[in-house]
Amino acid sequence: MTTHGIKWFWYASPQTFFPLAGTIARLCGSLSLVFLLAGLYVAFFVAPTDATQGEAYRIIFIHVPAAWMSMFLYVVMAFWAALGLAMNTRLSAMMARALAPTGALFTFIALWTGSLWGKPTWGTWWVWDARLTSELILLFLYFGFMALQASIDDRRRSDRAGALLALVGVVNVPIIYYSVQWWNTLHQGASVSFTRAPSMAATMFLGMILMALAFWMYSIAVALTRVRRLIVEDER
Amino acid sequence: MKEFFAMGGYAFYVWGAYGVTFALLAIELVVLLKRKRETQT
Repeated sequence: MTTHGIKWFWYASPQTFFPLAGTIARLCGSLSLVFLLAGLYVAFFVAPTDATQGEAYRIIFIHVPAAWMSMFLYVVMAFWAALGLAMNTRLSAMMARALAPTGALFTFIALWTGSLWGKPTWGTWWVWDARLTSELILLFLYFGFMALQASIDDRRRSDRAGALLALVGVVNVPIIYYSVQWWNTLHQGASVSFTRAPSMAATMFLGMILMALAFWMYSIAVALTRVRRLIVEDER
Repeated sequence: MKEFFAMGGYAFYVWGAYGVTFALLAIELVVLLKRKRETQT
């Protein structure tokens, strides 16, 4: 390891990471509020009424970013869990534990807002289609991870068991993402993807991106604040 | 103003989605800050 540049292993120690996490959390918390206010303004006052769905479509401004976060946070959680498993670093396992509740929260929000969107547009609160079912499984994976961690008293063993569950469960994320292509789902296909231009009005897309940034910053702020608590609680 | 809150007849769905979302995020923040006060020494 070179001695110049960013000293990554220096920050792998909970004690040195603690103040840095606080600074980043405060910065991201402030940014989250800015993006949230801008996003809500675009979502309600700039984006036009949808031609077929009327005003009900405004739910997508939280539904889609929340669904993105639910999947993304799981991958990040599994990454830290795997790193903790491979490198035996305490901070990595703490990061995985800090991310799980926020990931579960965004998964629930995606399901809840989807349900409230589905009733007026599909005529049903819930269907057992591939997209909805795999997203529900994601929620259970988060719950399983947290329950497993909480049920084992020895911290090293609970981190190892949780990491295995997180890694096995990561297979569900591409299933959620591609479910609308692989199966015939009531849920619509992606309007925004990596491969082509978004199939929606530019202002609608802007609103969604601003809300996604707000949720992103919120998640970083909350996860880092929680990892600081975990550091303090584990050191006692 | 009244028209805005009516959301073209979808008020229950739109505000139900936004209301619960921000209530849950607020609860997470409150729980976290409460935990911070308890562990701060």
